[in-house]
Amino acid sequence: MLPTELRASLAEQIASVDHPRELLVDVMFAVQDHYGYLSDQAVEEVADLLGMTPLEVEELATFYTFVYRHRVGKYVIHVCDSVICWMDGHESLVEHLERKLEIKMGETTPDGLFTLLPVCCIGYCDRAPAILINKKVYGPLTPEKIDEILAKLQGEA
Amino acid sequence: MNKDDLTERFASILRRADRRARERRNEAIPTIYIVMSTCGLASGAAETKQAFEEALSDKDIGARIVPVGCLGHCYAEPLVVIDHPATGFPPICYHQVTVARARRLVRSYLEKGDPVFEYVLGALEENDLIPAVTDFARFNLEQRLVMEHCGRIDPDDIYQYIAAGGYSGLVKALCLEPEELIDEIETSGLRGRGGAGFPAGRKWRLASTAKADGKIIICNGDEGDPGAYMDRTILESNPHQLLEGLAICAYAVGADQAIVYVRAEYPLAVKTIKGAIKSAEGVALLGSTILGTTFSLNVSVFQGSGAFVCGEETALIQSIEGKRGMPQHRPPYPVEKGLWGRPTVVNNVKTLSSVPPIIKNGTEWFRGSGTETSPGTAIFSVVGNVKHPGLVEIAMGTSLRTLIFDVCGGIPNKKSFKAVQIGGPSGGCLPESFLDTPIDFDSLTQAGAMMGSGGMVVMDEDSCMVDVARYFIDFTQKESCGKCTFCRIGTRHLLNILDRITNGEGSEQDLELLGTLSEDIKLGSLCGLGETAPNPVLTSLRYFLDEYEAHIKENRCPAHKCRALTAFYIDLEKCARGCEVCVGCCPVEAIFTTRGRKKAIDQKLCVKCGECAVVCPPEYDAVLKVSPPELAPTLERTPDGK
Ligand SMILES: Cc1cc2nc3c(=O)[nH]c(=O)nc-3n(C[C@H](O)[C@H](O)[C@H](O)COP(=O)(O)O)c2cc1C
Repeated sequence: MLPTELRASLAEQIASVDHPRELLVDVMFAVQDHYGYLSDQAVEEVADLLGMTPLEVEELATFYTFVYRHRVGKYVIHVCDSVICWMDGHESLVEHLERKLEIKMGETTPDGLFTLLPVCCIGYCDRAPAILINKKVYGPLTPEKIDEILAKLQGEA
Repeated sequence: MNKDDLTERFASILRRADRRARERRNEAIPTIYIVMSTCGLASGAAETKQAFEEALSDKDIGARIVPVGCLGHCYAEPLVVIDHPATGFPPICYHQVTVARARRLVRSYLEKGDPVFEYVLGALEENDLIPAVTDFARFNLEQRLVMEHCGRIDPDDIYQYIAAGGYSGLVKALCLEPEELIDEIETSGLRGRGGAGFPAGRKWRLASTAKADGKIIICNGDEGDPGAYMDRTILESNPHQLLEGLAICAYAVGADQAIVYVRAEYPLAVKTIKGAIKSAEGVALLGSTILGTTFSLNVSVFQGSGAFVCGEETALIQSIEGKRGMPQHRPPYPVEKGLWGRPTVVNNVKTLSSVPPIIKNGTEWFRGSGTETSPGTAIFSVVGNVKHPGLVEIAMGTSLRTLIFDVCGGIPNKKSFKAVQIGGPSGGCLPESFLDTPIDFDSLTQAGAMMGSGGMVVMDEDSCMVDVARYFIDFTQKESCGKCTFCRIGTRHLLNILDRITNGEGSEQDLELLGTLSEDIKLGSLCGLGETAPNPVLTSLRYFLDEYEAHIKENRCPAHKCRALTAFYIDLEKCARGCEVCVGCCPVEAIFTTRGRKKAIDQKLCVKCGECAVVCPPEYDAVLKVSPPELAPTLERTPDGK
């Protein structure tokens, strides 16, 4: 269940606009920030808040890259698959990450630390190949740099 | 509308801005401008800033640090400009200012007055002491109409924009009748910079004559084209110029609500534009009764969250309404029935940012740049295999050759030019013979590419054009919203065919199929995504047919790019006895020691990641790549060969 405060503040925001539905993305993000991802229960709670059906929420939740319908790790690594990253070694980068974390794209490490996901161009073409970890950009990357970043995050976790 | 009252109110804001600017200059302490937009931050600008702060306090030197937006010179980040009037030098621009360099600049330049020539990119003004940046093509071939203030002012300080002449366009506009304003934009010939090049004035007129209340302006900052980041830079570096353009547009059209649609992938842009809206409202340049007039404009920000198709205007509107971002049938066009069924103008970030200077300086001034049918400038992010990648604003009509070779320094690493991809996944790849094509809406379309929203990807001889086409189809295939069958399934089939060809399993029939299927997808799709998705295939088939044929008929990838068609091997003549570097880096243990104690690659195990070629010391340079793979000599692994 959502904490009452969060629920109340969301309900207040929703009451202040003409078209509650336009806040769907914002509400999904707020609820996702709370739970870490958008669980089935969360979808129902969002629907309830906005007076929509869970199916309508589901439609949108599965449309956007940054709404996670499955449990994700503490650090979500979005690997940019844009053209410049791809020219600059995106494939080897993915292979390296997969090898290092021992998971495939779309999976989460058993310790719940890392999730690997693709993302369409994040616009850091001058820093290719680039990745986004919890909204922070890293690039240009080499296998060594990735190892460094992963080690640092592991240390902080 | 009382003009005198309006101009008096603005004059008082302007006085405040000027006073602040004067105070800053009068303090006579050095100013350090640090590029803190996303590109700067990604290359360590925050660390650089901290290093400056620490070094200044260590040495007890007084200096002001001003974070600024992007100058467009991404190759030189972190970029810093130091204005140290006491030395007699003009403001100097420094490149790649790492932490160590920042410390050294404080020690040498700020403390002792030695400008450290080896870090200098150039002086910002002409002078006798230091070469000015305007001596370089990268600067002087540019024409900054829209990005004039980007990187020169603090985007979070509205007064810096105002002191630089900002918001005077809005004041001028509010003194005109909306009708006159639309005439002005129409005469200027401004065309939409979001890709299609639709005349902005005409769009505004259509919306202004639509009979309905509650008109809405949407600024399209979705920018999903791979390889493009101009809109992000403008949002981060000079958000007020965009807001000013938005307000002028709203006044002209008769709208009282505006929405800036930005991608969630651009967190800094979102933060900057939100802050800018607040500060503009704070001085009555946005919000209710702007500058005391009857004109009010409520501006909000909507965050998209990672879907390319949401950049299409009808999909974007759906997305704001809280629905899946799926394109809708047009007509009705958004100018008649858009968001919540109300007349809606959707304009790109660059289009709206072009408006204030046009109003301020007049249509003649604007038409002084560019061509008859595409006046003004084009802003491109030039990326890929060029020496000086970054953001460039050039007059429309400039040739591709000038842009790529003169402004951006040409192809690095002594490689040769192969193709330039313009217009993202909707655009096309143009070969060398098109380098003299002028950059404007019509010439690019004629050549088979398109202006797009301004991403330009330069490719050298190592790019495989079949693989590039495959990449773009893979992209559109993933980003298709799925509504139209041809776009959804057709692109999937195109991808399968291209996968086959790049895997060396293509047949000659495939070439024909690519052509016909492409035409069908164009015809069978509702929105621009599907209509243009096959362009990368069609243009590469037209201009690089030989590469397709080499893959199919000879099992050969001319660029040595496609993994299935290439092989790595180690030249035993060049390999150094006893060197083990490649062995350690191979992820699959495919490298073994030969009888002669040199190294060889077990082709059966090799996954062709290429890491051995990267780590092989340059003095040996022994790892070679060949295509077709049969050309690689095979050495049997001895039972004990590790
Ligand atoms: C698939 C697709 C993606 C688009 N993406 C963008 C975009 O990212 N930014 C943009 O301004 N226009 C984009 N457009 C064009 C918009 O539909 C629309 O034409 C434009 O925002 C109008 O603004 P303008 O007249 O100022 O160019 C896209 C169109 C299509 C078909």
